[in-house]
Amino acid sequence: MRNIQSIPGSDDILRTVLPNQIVLLARENSLSPSVVISGYLPGGSVLDPVDRSGLAIFLSLALMRGTETNSFEQIFRKLEDNGASLGFNAGFHSFSFAGQSLAEDLPTMLDLLSDILRSPIFPENHLTQIRDQILTTLAIRSQDTAEMASIAFDQALFGSHPYGRDKLGTPESVQSVTRSDLIRHHAQYFKPQGMVISIVGGIEPEKAADLVRKYFTDWEAGPQAIPNLPDFPKVTKPEKGSATHIEIPEKSQLDLVIGSIAPERKSPQYQPARLGNCILGEFGMMGRIGRVVRDENGLAYYAGSDVNCLPLGGSWEISAGINPENLDRTIDLIRSEIRKFVSTPVEPNELSDVQSYYLGRMPLQLESNTGIANELLSIERYQLGLDYLRQYSDIIRAVTREQILETAATYLDPDRLTLATAGTLRGKA
Amino acid sequence: MSDEIVQTQLENGLTVLLKEIHSAPIISHWIWYRVGSRNEVPGKTGISHWVEHMQFKGTAKYPAGVLDQAISRGGGIWNAFTYLDWTAFFSTMPKDNIALPIDLEADRMQNSLFLPEEVESERTVILSEREGSENEPLFRLNEAIDKAAFDRHPYRFEIIGEKSDLLTLTRDDLYTHYRHFYAPGNAVLTMAGDFDTNDMLDRLTAAYQSVSARPVPTVTIQPEKAIPEERHVELSGPGDTTYLRIVWRAPAGRDPDIFPLAVLDSILTGPSSLNMFGSGSISNKTSRLYQPLVDQQVAIAFSGDYNATIDPYLYTITVIMHPDHDPQEAVRIIDEEISRIQSGDISEQELKKAVKQARALFAYGSENITNQAYWMGYTEMFASYSWFTEFVPSLNRVTVSDVAETASTYLNSAHRVIGIYRPYPGESEES
Repeated sequence: MRNIQSIPGSDDILRTVLPNQIVLLARENSLSPSVVISGYLPGGSVLDPVDRSGLAIFLSLALMRGTETNSFEQIFRKLEDNGASLGFNAGFHSFSFAGQSLAEDLPTMLDLLSDILRSPIFPENHLTQIRDQILTTLAIRSQDTAEMASIAFDQALFGSHPYGRDKLGTPESVQSVTRSDLIRHHAQYFKPQGMVISIVGGIEPEKAADLVRKYFTDWEAGPQAIPNLPDFPKVTKPEKGSATHIEIPEKSQLDLVIGSIAPERKSPQYQPARLGNCILGEFGMMGRIGRVVRDENGLAYYAGSDVNCLPLGGSWEISAGINPENLDRTIDLIRSEIRKFVSTPVEPNELSDVQSYYLGRMPLQLESNTGIANELLSIERYQLGLDYLRQYSDIIRAVTREQILETAATYLDPDRLTLATAGTLRGKA
Repeated sequence: MSDEIVQTQLENGLTVLLKEIHSAPIISHWIWYRVGSRNEVPGKTGISHWVEHMQFKGTAKYPAGVLDQAISRGGGIWNAFTYLDWTAFFSTMPKDNIALPIDLEADRMQNSLFLPEEVESERTVILSEREGSENEPLFRLNEAIDKAAFDRHPYRFEIIGEKSDLLTLTRDDLYTHYRHFYAPGNAVLTMAGDFDTNDMLDRLTAAYQSVSARPVPTVTIQPEKAIPEERHVELSGPGDTTYLRIVWRAPAGRDPDIFPLAVLDSILTGPSSLNMFGSGSISNKTSRLYQPLVDQQVAIAFSGDYNATIDPYLYTITVIMHPDHDPQEAVRIIDEEISRIQSGDISEQELKKAVKQARALFAYGSENITNQAYWMGYTEMFASYSWFTEFVPSLNRVTVSDVAETASTYLNSAHRVIGIYRPYPGESEES
């Protein structure tokens, strides 16, 4: 049998731009009986007014509660009767959507997507439900040590930068969101220009394109008030280290996040940061951090690191879930690993190991329709070129030990780290 | 997608199931052992899960730490799971690197070291894992409910084990458990992916023939029937959110009643997905309970859940309550909807929807090769692979009266546990 999942590239990805500037990316997986639709529109939480934090997420949740032609019940009957799913969310820079259905139901999905994006009516009774759901989510989250440590870390690290805002909002801001806010925000930002839609699965790309044209061509482009990326400030490193603790009573485990800022996605230091991070806290059983904190000292079930590179910069964070009694010891171990990481080049075999890991796992990332659809969106969002995945091997192999050291030293200063904890310190704080 | 598989048994008793899939240059290799928390006794709970952890702590050939790095270097992912009835280890690799997991799984089937210092280091890791779970109100509630739902059966204990047992289990306890249950005759190997079956059988035979046959443990565990009466469990703790969880005894995985239960679950709470990897999910906004619970703002969210297990386990409905409403209101609403279903008030359209939802969930799961190999082993643990291939056709045969009868038999209000987690009184409504 033919192995159809060769690496996607310019000869088998369809990229087309509609007259209203919607960008479509499509790739076929003829063995799949289903399709994935995902995409985004410019916007997102960075546009939330200061007194309406959480507005973008609220709007995303409210979109599917009814349109001029489909009631809430009709929308979900069309989806659930067909075993399909569709959902909306908001990131810092975009409103996103993701759906999945059997291939035979793609026309229904696109018809619904078009309707929901263009003519939501935000019924008042549903807004009350959504508000209560968000408030409960906030209440549940306030008891979640990992989530609260992460939020405290972001707020301390990013300060007044938009990335320091809580995308979900606060109880006060969520209470203050009104139907008029949603209508105004939707009218202002939901336009076809800048929208990207990716369709992957058991449908020929040209047929997918015909369907997108059918349901989206008559959506007229109009004025859109989205600021350009350069108008936003870039993330900057805090001038000094800090430590924040959120006390949550009666928790057995304390969650800890330590770190600093990270390069933006388009920076030449992005790949060195990814590969370096993999050595630091991902490779094997959570890299060097996992080896020291979990394997050698048995201090945590999880202890690893992550680097998040967004358009304006990001965060480089080491996290662990520990018994509160082990806090100081764990911090010392992590700080010592960071000190080593920023002062000595990684070993040649460490670099070749993670290069091999990144290249070897590519087929796994690309085996599902969702995996490919996400790659296509990333290619479009960061203008990487349709052959990016085919050039990926060269890009990864070009990273050097010196680049990793320089990147680590640029972003991680072991004496200026941001530290956040959440849990029960039992008088230790 | 073809469901053809090849099944055979090696001389040492190891069962092998192979499925060729050539959609991507990937192979997923799984080893399943018929041992889980079901095989544990009071005083030694959590031992199966701890043994699973020790399988990553090295053999003479692959010392601790080497394994993880070797898999990652090969571009693979791997992990392990301990469940009620089984323990499974998987590696999914680019096909050119599959020799590594084959060799190391064969090696650690009989050569794991269980070094005393590694046992002690892992004790604190597992205690930390348990502490992470204890941070979750629903873990605490579940722990109490399981003890109320089973009087004697080992399903009454959480898989991670009692903390007191985790503090006292010894290296010898763990090693004995390992040698007892990690025998080739007590294991099933499943593989799916881009290989030639005959060639792969030769490779597996060569790799596993050095593992000598050992007696297969005989296990006699008395299943428990319906929960004898309505039982109540109530916990309180910090926070602002009230949780309700109701459980009833469910049919065992190989009991034909599991199919009408799956339809019932889909109608009542939306479809549950049994996929472990690469699955999509389907919302439950047109299920029976959505309108009276969420639309009427009695609850914030709810879900239903069942598992395919060796012995009868539990059907569960979980509700996150609206802060202005008492869980008893949700219990009344759930009872009313179940009562409607018991009386046969079910439409053909609802049956049709349940079948299409199941078909879609299987289609989403089939994209993922790891998931395909998972299904081959998972079904073998409580039935056989035909359970998977026959799932959708079996749902298609379910009738209105089957669903009504299943609801009457299993979802009986006189035989259940109602568990409630309430915030401490006086806590504010907002964080």
